Amino acid sequence: MTVQELPGAGASHRPTPPPAWRPRTDAAPLLPDPEPYRVLGTPAADRLDPALMRRCYAELVRGRRYNAQATALTKQGRLAVYPSTVGQEACEIAAALVLEDQDWLFPSYRDTLAAVARGLDPVQALTLLRGDWHTGYDPREHRIAPLSTPLATQLPHAVGLAHAARLRGDDVVALAMVGDGGTSEGDFHEALNFAAVWQAPVVFLVQNNGFAISVPLAKQTAAPTLAHKAVGYGMPGRLVDGNDIAAMHEVLTEAVRRARAGGGPTLIEAVTYRMEAHTNADDATRYRGDAEVEAWKAHDPVDLLERELTARGILDEAGIQEARDAAETMAAELREGMNADPVLDPMDLFAHVYAEQTGRLREQAAMLCAELDAEGDA
Amino acid sequence: MTTVAAKAAKSGAKPATMAQALTRAMRDAMAEDPTVHVMGEDVGTLGGVFRITDGLAKEFGEDRCTDTPLAEAGILGAAVGMAMYGLRPVVEMQFDAFAYPAFEQLISHVAKMRNRTRGAMPLPITIRVPYGGGIGGVEHHCDSSEAYYVATPGLHVVTPATVDDAYGLLRASIASDDPVIFLEPKRLYWSKADWSPEAPTAVPGIGKALVRRTGRSATLITYGPSLPVCLEAAEAAREEGWDLEVVDLRSLVPFDEDTVVESVRRTGRAVVVHEANGFGGPGAEIAARVTERCFHHLEAPVLRVTGFDIPYPPPMLEKHHLPGVERILDTVARLQWEN
Ligand SMILES: Cc1ncc(C[n+]2csc(CCOP(=O)(O)OP(=O)(O)O)c2C)c(N)n1
Repeated sequence: MTVQELPGAGASHRPTPPPAWRPRTDAAPLLPDPEPYRVLGTPAADRLDPALMRRCYAELVRGRRYNAQATALTKQGRLAVYPSTVGQEACEIAAALVLEDQDWLFPSYRDTLAAVARGLDPVQALTLLRGDWHTGYDPREHRIAPLSTPLATQLPHAVGLAHAARLRGDDVVALAMVGDGGTSEGDFHEALNFAAVWQAPVVFLVQNNGFAISVPLAKQTAAPTLAHKAVGYGMPGRLVDGNDIAAMHEVLTEAVRRARAGGGPTLIEAVTYRMEAHTNADDATRYRGDAEVEAWKAHDPVDLLERELTARGILDEAGIQEARDAAETMAAELREGMNADPVLDPMDLFAHVYAEQTGRLREQAAMLCAELDAEGDA
Repeated sequence: MTTVAAKAAKSGAKPATMAQALTRAMRDAMAEDPTVHVMGEDVGTLGGVFRITDGLAKEFGEDRCTDTPLAEAGILGAAVGMAMYGLRPVVEMQFDAFAYPAFEQLISHVAKMRNRTRGAMPLPITIRVPYGGGIGGVEHHCDSSEAYYVATPGLHVVTPATVDDAYGLLRASIASDDPVIFLEPKRLYWSKADWSPEAPTAVPGIGKALVRRTGRSATLITYGPSLPVCLEAAEAAREEGWDLEVVDLRSLVPFDEDTVVESVRRTGRAVVVHEANGFGGPGAEIAARVTERCFHHLEAPVLRVTGFDIPYPPPMLEKHHLPGVERILDTVARLQWEN
């Protein structure tokens, strides 16, 4: 099924959709456990799936390399801005890996990496930040909504899309990502409330990376955890170690499964840390000390997994090298793609405002055309 | 010339209200196209506070005509996601001033999704907003908010003034692949015309103005709730020796410049009439365009009759604020320009 086939036809994964409105029947408890859920370094790691974990590892290494390359591109002036996810790669990658093809990802402005892990071309994923167009891809092709810059505003979209899919009897889950600061926005509240009332198949993933630009979580909320916010809406809240990709994968998979089975939405708070500044324009030393950053280094998502997998014999030197080589290849391709100057057509400014251009836009397009001709003649 | 006269001749026509025509438009659209979904506050069981969605939930089920939680940003935001998945949401905002919580969704997402995605993801959403005063409503129930909408590229903005247009323009809006702000002049909800729901008239699509009354001495340019006032003023002006033409814009975006310009070039004089505040209002834009394109045909500056530049007044004072026949006639008299 692809959504392009709509309206009307389209093979359904589920012939009889459950009713869109009904009370919550899922037995999952609403209150989160007090401690973030962990797998790596605990007995729960005994049941790790080696193949899946090797894949996670390769993606983590690639994600780390992607962050480094994109940051380098800002320094070269190739990107206007890049909000790094160094330290948060496990959240980004787990979010992408738990979705099926037909599912939708609703990323926030920071979540380029999740889009790439879902299969978006690394260069296309960066055109928004390079500045050649606001969204460099067709959202329907990969089922990735445009990266949303106004915080939390993409969350109600995820609810609406998941609700629409359910009304059509399609097996589609929407996973929406938001930061800790974004949870204070009204749209966060409205989206969670709608999702719970409609029992929509949505998973809300909050990446609590400690700061909204400079503002720490303690100044953002008085709730015990962000996962606690779920209770008031009537959906389960889950607290998970966002640097532990095995835990992330497990908790997200469980939430996606529940959504798919008609159990309604889940709010997941991933506790993680933003290792770099908010963006290249930010000076993180103004609001946090080195000691805090150092402490989180010891809990690095790539190292955590690498240690666990090598200790268990799931990963060896060759495997590590293979992942690094693949990441280098990706980085070289990304550099090459981003170093080519994009070819832009100024007439595109008028092409996508309305299905049919208004007289006003035709006039303005003609004006720009004449200006460009004059420039060309000069 | 009125459309009512033309309608009377039509078989099966009997008095119908604008409210009935709007309901019928949604009903027909929903019956024809299963992707059309109506949603908003109280639109289901109650049929909306103005009863415009009356009977839709009963006929199509609450999955197609949905009482949402009370949250305008959530309603419009959810509609965005539904449209992304191929549905055609028709959103009801309960009152003009209660649409404001949804403005971020409107401006940052609804208006821009086609543009952001280079045309890959148009959003066919119709946002119905009962607007304007003249109903004795208390604060926050009478705003004329069209200037906010017309200032936002990516939105179509239309407003019917007749029963006919209420049906036709709403059908055209729902069929549009672009988002449409559908402004319903709430004080005309119960205005009547001979109109047959069984044989609704085809109307020109979005973006076409109509000359509602032909005349030679000046053009009144108006829309929505001010159309009947202008037609009345035009009748009254005959006694003063003025033969006024009345143009009903019907669509503010796109703005049908050609129909307006053609009329003003013929009459040589123009007055723009609307309820919304004058400063930065649609009339300012229209007057500027008319001046640019008709300068050598104009016998007088383009004048405006608008609401005052004040917050919408309390009900007992609104009659002083709303452009009425007298104020229009006084302004028309000023078109006898001498410098
Ligand atoms: C509605 C809105 N308000 C303000 C901003 C400016 N802004 C961009 S990022 C940011 C902080 C976001 O913090 P958080 O939600 O925790 O996400 P993070 O940056 O940590 O990923 C702010 C205030 C914005 N993009 N949108």
